[in-house]
Amino acid sequence: MSVFALDPAYIGGFGLSEALILIIKVVGAFGLLLVAVMLMIWFERKLVGDMQNRIGPARAGPWGILQTLADGVKLFFKEDLRPAKSDRLVYRLAPYMSLVPAFLVFSVVPVGGNFTSGDGTVTWFGNSTFLQVADPHVGILLVLALSSAAVYGIMLAGWSSGSKYSLLGSVRASAQMISYEAALGLSLAAVLLQAGSLSTHEIVAAQGGWNWNLWVTGLVPALVFVIAATAELNRPPFDLVEAEQELVGGFHTEYSSIRFALFFLAEFMNVITMSAIIVTLFLGGPDGPVLTERASWIWGVVWFFVKLVALLFMFVWFRATLPRLRYDQLMDVGWKFLIPLSLGWLLLLGALRVGRDRGWNTAAVVVVCVAAGAAAGVLLRLAVRSGRRESGELADAEADAGEAVNVGEPEKGS
Amino acid sequence: MSVFSLLVAQNVVFWVIAALMVFAALRLVTTRNVVHAALYLVGVLGGVAALFLLMGAEFVGITQILIYIGAVIILFLFGIMLTRTRIGDEEKTDHRNRLGAILAGLAVAGVTIYTVIAGFGDAELGADTRTTTAEVSDSIFSQYIIPFEAVSVLLLAALIGAIVVARRE
Amino acid sequence: MSDFLRSYLTVGIFALLAVIMVALMLTLASVLRPERPQKQKYISYESGVDPVGEGWSQSRLRYYLFGLLFVMFDVEAVFIFPWATRLETYGVFGLVEMAIFIFILALGLFYAWRKRVLQWV
Repeated sequence: MSVFALDPAYIGGFGLSEALILIIKVVGAFGLLLVAVMLMIWFERKLVGDMQNRIGPARAGPWGILQTLADGVKLFFKEDLRPAKSDRLVYRLAPYMSLVPAFLVFSVVPVGGNFTSGDGTVTWFGNSTFLQVADPHVGILLVLALSSAAVYGIMLAGWSSGSKYSLLGSVRASAQMISYEAALGLSLAAVLLQAGSLSTHEIVAAQGGWNWNLWVTGLVPALVFVIAATAELNRPPFDLVEAEQELVGGFHTEYSSIRFALFFLAEFMNVITMSAIIVTLFLGGPDGPVLTERASWIWGVVWFFVKLVALLFMFVWFRATLPRLRYDQLMDVGWKFLIPLSLGWLLLLGALRVGRDRGWNTAAVVVVCVAAGAAAGVLLRLAVRSGRRESGELADAEADAGEAVNVGEPEKGS
Repeated sequence: MSVFSLLVAQNVVFWVIAALMVFAALRLVTTRNVVHAALYLVGVLGGVAALFLLMGAEFVGITQILIYIGAVIILFLFGIMLTRTRIGDEEKTDHRNRLGAILAGLAVAGVTIYTVIAGFGDAELGADTRTTTAEVSDSIFSQYIIPFEAVSVLLLAALIGAIVVARRE
Repeated sequence: MSDFLRSYLTVGIFALLAVIMVALMLTLASVLRPERPQKQKYISYESGVDPVGEGWSQSRLRYYLFGLLFVMFDVEAVFIFPWATRLETYGVFGLVEMAIFIFILALGLFYAWRKRVLQWV
């Protein structure tokens, strides 16, 4: 008479060991993420301080590690000011919509396992399972869907604050995020060509043994993905909409105390999970040399964290060194450069893959594709130029240049 | 015994999701704030995605979240924010003729339910109704290839139309 | 079917845990923080001066067009994903089909580019 008796969802049995594995995975991933965010914030402040020749946080705990905790506790004790003109329900809903997708992306990331000489399974309590919280067959599509949902947090936060600066900031931030999501998805397709499946476990398994997608797909999809991810996360150099030097804080201007802390937390959690996704897609996930025979899955975890920390270092390095892009430059890069590049590269990789099966000459395929791409680029340039000439922009530019020459002439004559 | 045999976890989840969707849909048409209506629409479409997942159509379900919730409603919200939406209520989003609306709603619901039951009342689902991405892909690129190319032309036409209309302003 | 539904159930449980954690943090904060209401605190921030006008502003049409372009490319990406996983089976025919699809949608992007929709945000 059990409710679950006839249910196809439980045909495989759902005994104590399965429940235990589920609980361990979920609680473990949760705790891991929270601790990782705390350490990531500290890591960023310390590293940026280092690159700017100063010490960074040094008082709260050894090497200032507890600084994040101290800041969080401080924010708990601040008064929560909800502006009078704000929309009550949506103002409170927005932090949830920012934070929950950030958590959920981590549920499909393979954290460990032996992919060099095995297929990544581990055996706990007699059940063989993967070292990831869940492995739906469309895992990577779930990641994209969740990062699309993250736009809601920002958009609703800005609108519900009732202030025109917040609204403007949030609309610009949302437009930036959706522009780069298109590039994110299209560069992801190159990885799918190699893996043949949408599941994150399959993608990592296809990269076993140094077959990483970083070099197998050429370097271009990885670069496009990293740039698009940086813009998607609103990280420098693409952080115009929430920069510290801006007088108004963008979409989170009217948020204070714990709600502001939640947005902050969501941003850093997004950085960590997006880095984990980049490691999964392009750097082989837990793939790496397995140095011991017993508990070989531990080495997967070790290599995963090494790669993750390397990527986080890269993101912090971007922050410390690169100047900020202006908003129109930012949108130009997203629409006019990244999308055509990833589309063209996808077709090139597709042609190479089909050609490999048919025995076509690789060099001939590459030449044809590059020539087609160049021809398309020339035609596009002509079309854009003729469009500008029609609207008189080019005439204005030439007139300006002519004036400069005319001004120079009397000086030469005399 | 026959009623209890229906009380499997999947049916329970289905009824819960359906109840939430009906609630969201009712609030969608009765709320006075347009942005709240868009958010209730997110709830309804999220329920649709959950139902797809429950049925085993994972590609369609996740695509529903990705496209509808992740792109189309964001487009709606951009459009709403272009016009003057204030925080708070607007009077013109609802009208007084509740009785007529309820009758019309019941009539449409009745016709739809009758059609569905008459058409599919005898159909039985197998134990495994999963549709893999490979099956969806194969059917798109073999049987439905012409509609697939037509989709691209349709999208192009929509974009050009929107740009022409927008630039005229 | 069981593995399939179980993985989504796991994701659902994870999401529920995240929501509960956020709710707990907010509740804890509401217990701990002071509450000294004062009318001036609830005015919208406008660089320190008194706010002018109402709390909205007309976003420009350009953002709506970016949203539309994004819908187009999102739908395109959704069609590209299953095609990419099965390209080996489809061979040259599949490659040509998708090339036509991508070309038509790229035409849309280039039209927008030429009509200066993508300019001067």
